[in-house]
Amino acid sequence: MGEEILMDIKRDYVLSRLRDGERIDGRKLDEIRPIEIETNIISKAEGSALVKLGDTQVIVGIKMQPGEPFPDVPDRGIIITNAELVPLASPTFEAGPPDETSIELARIVDRGIRESEAVDLTKLVIEEGKNVWMIFIDIHALDDDGNLMDASALAAISALLNTTVPAERFGLGDDFPLPVRNLPVAITSLIVNDLYLVDPCRDEMSVGNKLITITSDKNDNIVAMQKSGSYLLKEEKFYELIDVSVRKAKEVREILKEI
Amino acid sequence: MSDMNFDEDLSGEGKKEDKPKLIIDGKRLDGRDFEELRPIKIEAGILKRADGSCYLEMGRNRVVAAVYGPREVHPRHLQDPSRAVVRYRYNMAPFSVEERKRPGPDRRSVEISKVSREAYEPVIMKELFPRSCIDIFVEVLQADAGTRTACLNAATVALVDAGIPMKGLITSVAVAKVDGKLVLDPMKEEDNYGEADVPFAFLIRNGKIESIALVQMDGMMTIDEMKKAIEMAKKGAMQIYELQREAIMKKYHAEDIEE
Repeated sequence: MGEEILMDIKRDYVLSRLRDGERIDGRKLDEIRPIEIETNIISKAEGSALVKLGDTQVIVGIKMQPGEPFPDVPDRGIIITNAELVPLASPTFEAGPPDETSIELARIVDRGIRESEAVDLTKLVIEEGKNVWMIFIDIHALDDDGNLMDASALAAISALLNTTVPAERFGLGDDFPLPVRNLPVAITSLIVNDLYLVDPCRDEMSVGNKLITITSDKNDNIVAMQKSGSYLLKEEKFYELIDVSVRKAKEVREILKEI
Repeated sequence: MSDMNFDEDLSGEGKKEDKPKLIIDGKRLDGRDFEELRPIKIEAGILKRADGSCYLEMGRNRVVAAVYGPREVHPRHLQDPSRAVVRYRYNMAPFSVEERKRPGPDRRSVEISKVSREAYEPVIMKELFPRSCIDIFVEVLQADAGTRTACLNAATVALVDAGIPMKGLITSVAVAKVDGKLVLDPMKEEDNYGEADVPFAFLIRNGKIESIALVQMDGMMTIDEMKKAIEMAKKGAMQIYELQREAIMKKYHAEDIEE
């Protein structure tokens, strides 16, 4: 109950500040929180990254192993993305099998990577039709201060950029760096009445779950999109959101290029 | 990282090499024009036990929707004292696809159920039915791309058939990009080998498209193409809307005569 009252107070606060055109943390409407990326923090993993997006923290680990390809694409490696919203990351997360939020999170991150063809899967074939490299992207939330989506997508591509294919361990020749050739970046915005807040923090989320995630690639193509939350989106807003998301993704991509 | 080449042009690469041609002499494989829907058949009120129901064919898709409610919520702790709870379950029959689908919810259907529910939540007048729930069940009997759109179209008719008050009708259609062209309502081949797929759902009120209730996307599209895609989807949605209305009118008109 206390939590609910607190949410009401936060919502009023967020809305009253917005009436003056301000966000509660002083950011501009389209300003993303400071980003910190640390890579190769888990030596047991083939690749890893810890991303801090403001106070939101996500760790992504990449594990790889040989396995059978999907029958319809015998000449491609495989990507499997999974997200765990572990209870240590938020008082509202519960242990147990993945719920719809974590499934959606994993699938949006997966689509960004897959559809931008960020990983050259054709270079991950060991024996066509029989044996290919499987990439497991595991998203592990550590601290949910809002927008786990963008933090997870960023951590995933950061980790992939620093992944070494463990060929030696499986007696398949020399290790080699994972061929990554695109940089998808997801940008999530929270819709509040006639405004949208890019990269919402947890307190801003108290106004409701009206989100849209738009992922774009290095050529400013849109590669994935998801409206998430119970709300109706105006068409004009949709156009604006596409433009702002692609523009903000460009900014984030510059940070990504430096890691 | 520094030795990776991100300037490589990705268009026309990847999964598209060995794909069949999807547009021949300016026509699609099934002879349709780019902006043409598949044949649609809608019948309202086909199930006896459900409070509202609908059978819908969209090309080779065959789906059934049923609505139960407003009724008591089970489990009870899900009750909301101020409004009805809306639930949406998208499910595919094991025999609906080429290779038998394992029964029960997979990650894809969990995600589809979530975004579909979120499309209806702001449209159904939940406040009129506190402490109750409205269950929407959709079953895919035969799948041929665009099942989520077919299910949404059927669910709308089933909701009206059940007499659930709504702010308008939800109508859904997808736009795909195949062989570099935008096409309306893609069928299986276009979905499998196409470059992008964008399912939309709109809220239509008083014969006018008012807002976007659902949008997802995977693939690769420019910003301009995305803007054209929504225009194309809107035209298609208006045609489907007319068919939904006809199906509802047909059922209730006939009942009037019998009295």
